[in-house]
Amino acid sequence: MTDSANWDWDSGAKQIPITPWRERFRWVEEPNASPDGERVGAVVNLDEGEFAICINGETGDQVFDKAWHLRFTPSGKWYALVSEMAEWTVVVDGQTWAQNFGYVWNPLTCVSGDHLAVAVQQEMQYGMALDGVLWETTYANATYFALSADGQVTAAAVQVAACDSAEVHKFQEGTFSAAIAGNAWENRFVNVWQPVLSADGSRLAAEVRLNLYDYTIAVDGSPWPQTFTSVWEPSFHPSSGAVVAPVRIKGKWGMAQDGDLIWQPDFVQVWRQVFRPDGGKLAAVVAPKYGRWTLAVDGRAWGTLFRDMVTDVVWSPNGDRLAALGKNGASWHIIVDDKIWQRPFAMAWTPVFSPAGDHVAAKVEIDGHYSIAVDGRLWSGRCEAAWNPVFSPAGDKLLVKTIEEGIYHRRVLPLTEFAD
Amino acid sequence: MHAVYAFVSGPLAWLAFLLFFGGICYRLVRLLWEVNRTEKFIFSYMSWKYSLRSIGRWLIPFGTANWRLHPGLTVATFTFHICLLVTPVFLLSHVVLWDEAFDVSWWTLPDGVADVMTVLVIVCCAYFLIRRLVTPEVKFVTTASDFVILAIVAAPFITGFLAYHQWFAYPVMAIAHIVSGEIMLAAIPFTRLSHMIFSPLTRAYMGSEFGKVRHARDW
Amino acid sequence: MAKAPAKTEPSQALDQGLAVGVARLTPEKIESTIRTVLKSETGARLSTYVETCIHCGLCAEACHYYLSHDNDPHYAPVGKVKQTLWEMIKQKGRVTPEFIEKAAIIAHTECNLCKRCAQYCPFGIDIAYLMLVVRRIIHKLGCTPLYIQDTAHSHSVTMNQMWVKGDEWPDTLQWQEEEAQAEFEDLRIPLDVEGAEIMYSVIAPEPKFQAQLIYQAAAIFHAAGVSWTMPSELGWDNSDMAMFTGDNEIMGRIKRAHYDAAIRLKVKRIVMGECGHAFRSVYDVGNRWLGWEMPPIPIVHAIDFYYELLKEGRIKITKKYPTPITLHDPCNVVRGGGLHEKARYVAHTLCESVVEMTPNREHNYCCAAGGGAINCGPPYKQTRISGNRIKAEQLFAAKTRGAQVLIAPCHNCHSGLHDIVHHYGVGLDIKFFGDLIYELMEKPA
Repeated sequence: MTDSANWDWDSGAKQIPITPWRERFRWVEEPNASPDGERVGAVVNLDEGEFAICINGETGDQVFDKAWHLRFTPSGKWYALVSEMAEWTVVVDGQTWAQNFGYVWNPLTCVSGDHLAVAVQQEMQYGMALDGVLWETTYANATYFALSADGQVTAAAVQVAACDSAEVHKFQEGTFSAAIAGNAWENRFVNVWQPVLSADGSRLAAEVRLNLYDYTIAVDGSPWPQTFTSVWEPSFHPSSGAVVAPVRIKGKWGMAQDGDLIWQPDFVQVWRQVFRPDGGKLAAVVAPKYGRWTLAVDGRAWGTLFRDMVTDVVWSPNGDRLAALGKNGASWHIIVDDKIWQRPFAMAWTPVFSPAGDHVAAKVEIDGHYSIAVDGRLWSGRCEAAWNPVFSPAGDKLLVKTIEEGIYHRRVLPLTEFAD
Repeated sequence: MHAVYAFVSGPLAWLAFLLFFGGICYRLVRLLWEVNRTEKFIFSYMSWKYSLRSIGRWLIPFGTANWRLHPGLTVATFTFHICLLVTPVFLLSHVVLWDEAFDVSWWTLPDGVADVMTVLVIVCCAYFLIRRLVTPEVKFVTTASDFVILAIVAAPFITGFLAYHQWFAYPVMAIAHIVSGEIMLAAIPFTRLSHMIFSPLTRAYMGSEFGKVRHARDW
Repeated sequence: MAKAPAKTEPSQALDQGLAVGVARLTPEKIESTIRTVLKSETGARLSTYVETCIHCGLCAEACHYYLSHDNDPHYAPVGKVKQTLWEMIKQKGRVTPEFIEKAAIIAHTECNLCKRCAQYCPFGIDIAYLMLVVRRIIHKLGCTPLYIQDTAHSHSVTMNQMWVKGDEWPDTLQWQEEEAQAEFEDLRIPLDVEGAEIMYSVIAPEPKFQAQLIYQAAAIFHAAGVSWTMPSELGWDNSDMAMFTGDNEIMGRIKRAHYDAAIRLKVKRIVMGECGHAFRSVYDVGNRWLGWEMPPIPIVHAIDFYYELLKEGRIKITKKYPTPITLHDPCNVVRGGGLHEKARYVAHTLCESVVEMTPNREHNYCCAAGGGAINCGPPYKQTRISGNRIKAEQLFAAKTRGAQVLIAPCHNCHSGLHDIVHHYGVGLDIKFFGDLIYELMEKPA
């Protein structure tokens, strides 16, 4: 986790005007704010085929033929995917990676934000680069890219055997595998999806299809002995190393751990499972009946049902509470511990817990503006843009980052601001 | 002969009605149970409004594109089904039987009208038979069972007509009429004559899917 | 039962995928597969349809293959059921490999799953569903025609229809953006913009072969001032041939990827390009396999979106298209989505003269390319063409009444009609609505 203790939790408000940028540049792309709120940046166009990164109004002297996907890492470094002379690379806080590639996309950052990986195409071969270093082995194709939580290891599904399109029977013999740090498993599969690394990057699990019909989870190259009619992405237990994944049996979904069922297949759907931080409980989005969605904890569904979907499942840091987003028609709802906040939103972002878990905040959209809601109460700000709020380490203040009337605002607000 | 008559109009009639009503209930309950077991999602798309809209439209002669495309068949099928349902229920001699047995009675058709309607059913059956034999797209998908169910439906009307006019041995014909009527009743739930029960449901489902989800007309 | 006339067979090249699959079949495999699918994957719907069908043949004239083959009963919808599913049920799965080969060809290439027959059956029996059950059995037996099977494989690997690789997609968008900036200085194809109102999704042939369609869409959105975005990662493709091969598990997987992209981008709606089958998959079929009664995020087909832009005046037309046009109603968005009146609003707003085909709206004839038929590839091209003479006649009639351009707001229709127009020498230019709007709209400086 990023240490937010060093952030400025005292200053009430800081402002950076964005509107002048629009006068300085041909166009300004969507701004992004750093986690600590001290910096706001955007890709800007200087002239035909000339792009720069503008951070707090400064562009430095780097000019690219194209730049996109400007984001900040959790540690507050900005990065973007950039191109010069038809080659692509990554720029991190103004430092361009030494190596250029045919193309880069799908950037991934680790929890600390100290490492960055991207998917790479180099001479029509595919792989990943971690902090600028390309895999030693690249492949005819690569899909589904992963970076371990500690940022040390990358993984992807890779094509290990040549197979022309229309060679359907060859394809069905298995041409795909998963590569960890560029090294492919020995086993081949018809398909490999959603490789997931254990937190320390030592193990890799993925969904696999053994033939056109049998699905299972492969862990470090070995498929579970049990097969299913479908599976979804696996997760590693945070401490035991066990692997769980939603599995489909006779048209219904349940949850399996290391191949054995831990949730009976009674659900119309099960996905997006998340372990409680200590691994003591498992929550997942489920459809207990057709067209009705909720959360289930250890296989027991909540009572509140949504018609459209439930997403963004988050445990509080201490694991006492659980929150998610639910949608009914045009209304998005925040649901915490099976209770819905009274006020619906036109859109809501992932709920954020205070360190002690006693408060929940979220970026929301209402009446065409963005704002912040805390424990069901709406802040008075009406913003053109907003970012996820961050609680202070003590949990008594909220860092709110917004753009209002062309001005970027960094505000530290006491929670009392959100009282009724 | 009296003993046979007593049997076919007594216990056998009870059995036929039992199979008819019991069979209908059984088939309906079983269908709903099966849908609930295997394809529960169907219920969430069912709509009374669009079910009735679709059924209603198809119940109007020439109300749908396909009815208009086949005027002869449309006239035949509406005539046939209306006469098939109305004649036995409102026939004087049937109502008399209900009156004698259970002391209930209702409005009846004049005998002459009923006679014409009976003939119409028979003529329509003949039309369906000929259609099966000569129309290529029908002939191609015709199986023996199609002739059997056509015969099952035609028989009570042919025998009834003959019995009413007493052209052949009346007692034999009367018994044949009763038996064939009972066979038809008993066969409805258990043969493709079950379209009597199921077609409103399949129509309702398609009507609902078209109306509620696809926003289009299914006629 | 009755001896039928010999079937008029179109000429047909060898399908390697099907041939190899059929050669691997054993009687035991066929029997157990058919029984398993019928017993554990179908239910009351199938049995009721089979038991309720009174063999009246009234579905026959709904089918363009039947009409185009001089009323050959083999091509009547119920005739196709007789030659496939009835026999499988009657024989309790004990059918030969040759039967399976024939069933695969019938279900995949002689039926477009257009559901017109459901409108003609007095009982509303869904014969397209029955054909999909056949296709499911064929899939389970590994006998799906080669080209569409390859497409299903592409879906399974890349989550798109055309083996478009991870880099090729954003690279193509950026290339189109750059091209378009020569015409509209500050036009953008905004990638991964969280919170945009609309996610625009397309089918993979657009980036692969028809990138100008993405250019045109971007120009239209730019002119209308739409808040929109496209995902740079998986889920940008809304197409779905797995739905048509009976590989429901892959269908669900690719639909999830598509919806997940929209969920990730926090958009309010998904607007999709002028494609019919993709609409069917996203709006009506794939969502159901995943447990969504209706799409979790509203799906807006291009016709619907253009209607909205024109109706609200967000796009202004400089002049009306002077050439008389005729409008093809794609099954999946008209019979499957009720967009026929909106399509007419768009057509009349854009064009001076709209010549109606007959029949039209929900009753229009299919293009014979849909339902995966065109995706079965060159071996069956002639099947599609000879199976849709009736469409050529319909087009000729519209041409006789003055139409010179054919609007087909669906990719499959577009390609299928192109083959028909070419083969029968109809002589109509085929266009998308997007082509016309781009040509006629008021363009920002």
